[in-house]
Amino acid sequence: MIRFDQVSKTYPGGHQALSQVDFHIQPGEMAFLTGHSGAGKSTLLKLISIMERPTAGRVMINGNDLRKIKPSQIPFVRRDIGMIFQDHRLLMDKSVFDNVALPLVIEGYSVQEARKRVLAALEKVGLGDKYRHYPQMLSGGEQQRVGIARAIVNKPPLLLADEPTGNLDPKLSMEIIRLFESFNKVGVAVLIATHDLGLIARLKYRTLTLKEGRLINDGLEEEQAL
Amino acid sequence: MSLLFRNRETEAGARKRHKLPWFRRLIMLPVHHLQQAVASLGELWRNPFASLLTMAVLGLSLTLPSALYVLVKNTATISGEWQQASQMSLFLRKDINTQAIDTLKTQWSLKPEIDEVTLISKEQGLKDFRQLSGFGETLDYLEENPLPDVLLVIPAEGFRSPQAAKRLLSELEQAREVDFGKLDVEWLERLQALLDLAKDILGGLAFLLCLSVVLIVGNTIRLNILSQREEIIVMKLVGATNAFIQRPFLYTGVWYGFIGGILAWFATALLIWWIESSVVAVTDLYETQFQLAGLNFNEMLAIWLIAIVLGLAGSYIAVRRHIKSIEPQ
Repeated sequence: MIRFDQVSKTYPGGHQALSQVDFHIQPGEMAFLTGHSGAGKSTLLKLISIMERPTAGRVMINGNDLRKIKPSQIPFVRRDIGMIFQDHRLLMDKSVFDNVALPLVIEGYSVQEARKRVLAALEKVGLGDKYRHYPQMLSGGEQQRVGIARAIVNKPPLLLADEPTGNLDPKLSMEIIRLFESFNKVGVAVLIATHDLGLIARLKYRTLTLKEGRLINDGLEEEQAL
Repeated sequence: MSLLFRNRETEAGARKRHKLPWFRRLIMLPVHHLQQAVASLGELWRNPFASLLTMAVLGLSLTLPSALYVLVKNTATISGEWQQASQMSLFLRKDINTQAIDTLKTQWSLKPEIDEVTLISKEQGLKDFRQLSGFGETLDYLEENPLPDVLLVIPAEGFRSPQAAKRLLSELEQAREVDFGKLDVEWLERLQALLDLAKDILGGLAFLLCLSVVLIVGNTIRLNILSQREEIIVMKLVGATNAFIQRPFLYTGVWYGFIGGILAWFATALLIWWIESSVVAVTDLYETQFQLAGLNFNEMLAIWLIAIVLGLAGSYIAVRRHIKSIEPQ
């Protein structure tokens, strides 16, 4: 599903964020991406959503080489990827419903069709009754779930999450992870970047560990020589 | 449309997604445009002060050229009327007799280019001169009448423009009986030249004002875009194309022009009404009946269209430059 082939990324100015990263995430797989701040987690996710381009190597999604994607095609790539952010990136002056409906509006869904899907997505994250609210009226955990509902509303085959539990307490974090598990069960590939090692330790999922831009470990957390 | 997952729509489970049939997409297109147009009008409504200022600038910038246009149009009408009166004098040689003059007069009257020919005989001429000049009895000392016979020719309709009248004059001057002809078109030509100058100034002024309108609208839209930076980034993250993001801003520009154009109508009408009394006072001095003509329907429509196009152009420039530059980091 996601394949990195000797991918390196050097930012202008000389900072090397990733060097020769090599891995493959299978369709329908769920994996964690971990490492200290500045280890290159965000850069790796940005290469998948083409917010950045690699300096060397190649990134493939579903067999498609992202180097061949022209700037005008990037929006269509992003429609295939549900993205979740630590700071949720909600539009504060729009209702929960409008926030979640945004990807569908962009794709040109009719109002009725969008409404069905938005309410279903909100139901799935447990916010079915709050679609009229505005993001400020919600707690941090609820805001994050609105972000998740927006990411899954057009049913993408791939979910990327950048520190989705960053601001949440362990109980809420686990609830969010359970949500991702439920999407993974119906076949969505999920890649979650987090530095919350405690959370990862409690789960049995593949974990990619980055250190100073290199992939130092790829496997189950418990297999790691700590 | 899915780029990376060609068969995403047909796959089972989470990958399943109903594709909208093409005809529904086609029907939805104008509906979406209308929705976005109304939405951006709502956006203006929510922030009325800033948008009203831009609309006022747009409208008032168009008012000046519009009012000038009305004045030039009216002047052209007046000078057109004056040109209608152009008549020419043809001085005849002294050695021809009355019969020949009568023949010439009849000949010319039959020409299609000529409306009317009047003879002022030398006796009549002397009498008039005596009366008007005040030389009176001094003229009695002359041994003979120094004045020639004169034929006054009024060209037919369609031959009264300075150029046509000149051509006719030189044609008439060819006649054997004619000594020389005189056509007082110089002042007409001067007026025409002044009018052309006024038109050129109007054109230049209109161009500059239109340019400034485009820049002002562009700047306002630029500020709108920058103030919605976060929203644009989020939209790009969830897969919005530049075309989708820029559409509401383009509509905002169209609305600026739409309402600015209407403002221009009213401001122009007000300006015309304001100067009308003084214009009428001037024309009264020349003892002519004059009615200042305002903008007609087509001209109003043209101003409206220009305003809308300028609004659209301004927002297009801003959108082209700035939407592309805002990218999620």
